[in-house]
Amino acid sequence: MRTVFARMGRPLEMGLKTALAGVAEIAASVLVVVAFTTLVLLVAGAPPLDTFAVLVKGSLGSWSKLSHVIKVWIPLTLASCGLLFTFKAGLWNIGVEGQVMMGAVATTLAMRMGGPSPLAGMVTALALVAGMAGGALWALCAGFLKTKAGVHEIFAGLGLNFVSQGLVLWLIFGPWKQPGIASMSGTETFDERLWIPSIEALNLSPAALGMAVAAVIVTAYLLSSTRLGLYLRAVGGNEKAAVLFGLKPHAVMTAAMLCAGGLAGLAGAFQVSGVYHRLIPAISSGYGYLALLVVLLAYYNVWAAPVVAFFFACLNTGAIQLPMLLSLDSSLSGVIQGSMVIAALAVHSVSTRSRRSRG
Amino acid sequence: MMDGFDMLLVASAVIAGAAPLVMATLGETLTERAGVVNLSLDGTIVLSAMAAFVVASLSGSLLAGFAVSAAVGACVAALVALFSVRLGMSQVAVGFVLTLMTRDLAYFLGSQYARTEGPISGSAPVPVLSGMPVLGQVLFNHSVPVYLSMIMVAFAWWYLYRTSWGLRLRCVGENMEAAYARGIDPDLVRVVYTVAGGALVGLSGAAFSLCTKPGWGQPQGCEGSGWIALALVIFGAWHPVRAALGAYLFAFLQVMSIHFQSWFPDVPAQVFQVAPFPLMIFLLAVSTLVHSEEAKMLAERHPLLRILTRGLAQAPPLSLGKARSRD
Amino acid sequence: MTIALRSIHKHYGDIRANDGIDLVLRPSTVHGILGENGAGKSTLMKILSGYVRKTSGTILVDSEEVDFKNPAEAASHGIGMLYQDPLDFPPLTVLENFMAGQRMKAWPDRSLFRKRLAGLCREMGFDLDPETPVVRLTVGERQQLELARHLAAGRRVLILDEPTTGISSLQKDVLFSALRRLSSGGATVVLVSHKLEDVETLCDEVTVLKKGRVSGSAVRPFSTGALLEMMFGREPAPPLRKGHEPGAQALFLEGVHAHGGRTGLAQCTVKVNRGEVVGLAGLEGSGQDVFLRVAAGLTRPTRGRVHVSRKDMTGRDHHAFKTMGVAFQPAARLEEGLIAGLSVAEHCAILERSSFSLDLDASASLAQERIQSFQVAARPESPVESLSGGNQQRLLLSFLPDDPVLLLLENPTRGLDRESVRWVWERLDAIASNGAAIVFSSSEIDEILMVSDRVLVFFEGRIIHDVRPEDTDALMLGKAIAGRV
Ligand SMILES: Nc1ncnc2c1ncn2[C@@H]1O[C@H](COP(=O)(O)OP(=O)(O)O)[C@@H](O)[C@H]1O
Ligand SMILES: [Mg+2]
Repeated sequence: MRTVFARMGRPLEMGLKTALAGVAEIAASVLVVVAFTTLVLLVAGAPPLDTFAVLVKGSLGSWSKLSHVIKVWIPLTLASCGLLFTFKAGLWNIGVEGQVMMGAVATTLAMRMGGPSPLAGMVTALALVAGMAGGALWALCAGFLKTKAGVHEIFAGLGLNFVSQGLVLWLIFGPWKQPGIASMSGTETFDERLWIPSIEALNLSPAALGMAVAAVIVTAYLLSSTRLGLYLRAVGGNEKAAVLFGLKPHAVMTAAMLCAGGLAGLAGAFQVSGVYHRLIPAISSGYGYLALLVVLLAYYNVWAAPVVAFFFACLNTGAIQLPMLLSLDSSLSGVIQGSMVIAALAVHSVSTRSRRSRG
Repeated sequence: MMDGFDMLLVASAVIAGAAPLVMATLGETLTERAGVVNLSLDGTIVLSAMAAFVVASLSGSLLAGFAVSAAVGACVAALVALFSVRLGMSQVAVGFVLTLMTRDLAYFLGSQYARTEGPISGSAPVPVLSGMPVLGQVLFNHSVPVYLSMIMVAFAWWYLYRTSWGLRLRCVGENMEAAYARGIDPDLVRVVYTVAGGALVGLSGAAFSLCTKPGWGQPQGCEGSGWIALALVIFGAWHPVRAALGAYLFAFLQVMSIHFQSWFPDVPAQVFQVAPFPLMIFLLAVSTLVHSEEAKMLAERHPLLRILTRGLAQAPPLSLGKARSRD
Repeated sequence: MTIALRSIHKHYGDIRANDGIDLVLRPSTVHGILGENGAGKSTLMKILSGYVRKTSGTILVDSEEVDFKNPAEAASHGIGMLYQDPLDFPPLTVLENFMAGQRMKAWPDRSLFRKRLAGLCREMGFDLDPETPVVRLTVGERQQLELARHLAAGRRVLILDEPTTGISSLQKDVLFSALRRLSSGGATVVLVSHKLEDVETLCDEVTVLKKGRVSGSAVRPFSTGALLEMMFGREPAPPLRKGHEPGAQALFLEGVHAHGGRTGLAQCTVKVNRGEVVGLAGLEGSGQDVFLRVAAGLTRPTRGRVHVSRKDMTGRDHHAFKTMGVAFQPAARLEEGLIAGLSVAEHCAILERSSFSLDLDASASLAQERIQSFQVAARPESPVESLSGGNQQRLLLSFLPDDPVLLLLENPTRGLDRESVRWVWERLDAIASNGAAIVFSSSEIDEILMVSDRVLVFFEGRIIHDVRPEDTDALMLGKAIAGRV
């Protein structure tokens, strides 16, 4: 799959042969995943065909379901775009999950401070900016732990994820608890004027959708046609050599973390202002971790990421129906997504290996 | 304010609570010593905890539960080995994806068994020894998996530093090409110890669901401990005994967080629940800072510090995370 | 044991590292394999030791055909090799390195191996402490350890690939006398070298390789002229050094101490003027690497001061040094010098540091200019990792600033053939003539004597000599390098 997307940037070079090879790779991966998922379903004693049908109908079966898919797609795409910056710089930003949560926390804070004033639109806009700042700040912490204290970003990020989850719970049960009794259902719902405006019938916000699309385009531009993108790739490619070329790897890494954290924070901000309209314990919905899978499957390609994100969003949405209709756990979507990534990476590496040994 | 705090009880709780973590840490130490990072620990533990619980409750046999959990851990590790050693894919990427996938797989397959009754590996005091004054309660009054974890620490050290297989394992971890030149098959060694380490990680899952945090549910209490085990391997500088000491330290932090909670009722519980995690990261930072230039410069001036940093500074296996190039 | 190699071929893509080689190795002889860098010596020997698989050809051991699939199979025939880059386990101890790969029980008796090692050391005149980690050993000691290990494992054919590079002349004497003793005991010894003097001192028989083929062979007594003819096809070109007028002060290290490398750097006080070419001689890792990195601002000194153009730069980072006109080039090109994954044009674009948005066409035409003027066999869009070693070196040189104050080059000609070495030094000479100071390290004493205006000799992290080439010669330098001033 990744060869096809990797070559989309250079359409002139894409011969029919490589296109066919790419299609064959995708087909092989899909086949592996379907076989594996069927096996898992049989082990769980579930009817495979019905299950697949539920997944498809539950995500693409109606306009309202599709709008739900898009609501998942927006934060997932935003977080994926952010991760592209850190991956190019050679960083495994696992802390993205916490960055989404802190974006949500910062947005909630801003909205609580602003309140339902006459300038509600302004408050909402500022709250989104606050969300970006919150995510970026949290990413900065992981960045500093990496650059100043030498803690690998995976562990720094994970530690901070635990901290942010603790913070969210503490806020919900402590200072921001609902009047009366604190509960897992989250903080008090915001005044409706603070919500991001959405189309009533579809329950979909054009502003949020627009921003996600814009994020993809801006990310593509920054990575491919600016000095920032080049520096990120240089530092990701060889940190030591980058120093000799006059770059400051720590500064470049910090910049990458800021971009990633900002976009992840925006994803969290939309979760609060556009989806749940309050802070809930599972506010990030695991989209940070899922976005890591998206970028891996997209093989770090900007244009492939939104496509993969849409596919994953479909799976997530379709799986919501599973407990009700077939009394299966909705974590099936995660199983399919994970095996998809593994299969695609494996099939690709097998085929490049055999091609190399033949050539 | 300090009532209910009994040193012996705490020590005993630390030894028992650390058992699964010790197993996972030792398993990962073996794997990383061979040069492979198995990042899938967190998911593997959850999946094997589920498998152990389900098998043990269906069959009524604890032994079957433990055996299956080891097999599950070995299977996941075999995938890591296949993809990263044989196919040369990024160990971090493969491990991370497997972490998420195995966790979801555990919740999917195990959802029917959530919150059901299951067998528990109960206390089995060692005859005679458990009667000893202090050590008896701390060391010899536990369940079988806890004894197993303690024996494993000594065994891992002996295996790694005193047997010819251990020497071969370390050779591959330090320099695959040199190992190959000496007639060792580096790929085979890596696969073997990735799988063996994975089996230990699997056992730690069973130790959670059948002993330390008995039962199965969503979210499972052992979630997160795989990441801690990974951090502990670094903290332990890839030495089995030091890594195990790290696991006991972490268990101590967890036990203390429960005590602190009762001592400071004003501070919300959530703070104490997550506190050990960032603390662990902080310790990691300290142990990496010891390697830094500044630390070396300081040590230059203070001979006492020099001894300290020598003791702590230990580089990772040189071939860790690398794939072997073939022509 | 007689070994015959028949028509050995080894192809790496288009490169024919070995292109039909015939060779016979007899017992009780020291057989020299001579040839310049890149001739294919290491490749041939790795095939014989089972480390690399041949493309075609036959190997006969005592007239029985063998096909080694891995080093273990060659070892079972008694063939052992000391590789050019030592293949050992630096963090493990001497004893563990000695044991690794040997036949032993499941839980071996360490004291047995300790005794065996001590016995071999005594016999060979080596001095190795079994509990020292191998990182702390010198290259020569690591070699001795490898040799002892092969002997303990009962190898009858010993291949040594460039064993004299990076060891002291004292260690070389010890090594050569050990090899003589082994060969008179009936072993087959193969000495691979690109240095004539090694072969002339030790070998009974010589085969010369050139561009992957056998270009001739000889038996003792050797004619130096004939061997040179076989190696190069003609007499080597005369030395290159022109001599420069020293200008203003470029670099001043004042009582510098620093960590890093094998030995660190101690008590280093040196002045270098513009226009000077200064060669750093010494065994690999005797402090030259740390010296260059301190002078480049990449390593901070623990004590002492660093001045560039009479400005105190102590504690500043590499970027500050760069703006003062200092440029550094590491020995490991692809590991430290170039960025794998980026094209030649993209490397140029980083250096330009102009507008925020990239103009790749402009960078490509700039890259084209550099490529042409430095004769790099590449296109602007080629990824740097696809270039050959020599071309990567030329590319790195093309990235040097136009009028630097101080060039710091670590092994700038390692692995290049003689033509390329000459070409590189003609370029560098021109830069020095324009008023730059050049400080470079090299493991080739001949090269240092050929191009330097001044030689600094490093021993165990200290500068023990500061001489002009005309006041010294290869023999004296060789002794100084070994610490025998
Ligand atoms: N693994 C390899 N891949 C590609 N080319 C190689 C490889 N090893 C050696 N070569 C090439 O083969 C030629 C001979 O190399 P080598 O045997 O190392 O020469 P020598 O030891 O005589 O200096 C060189 O041109 C070198 O670049
Ligand atoms: Mg060679």
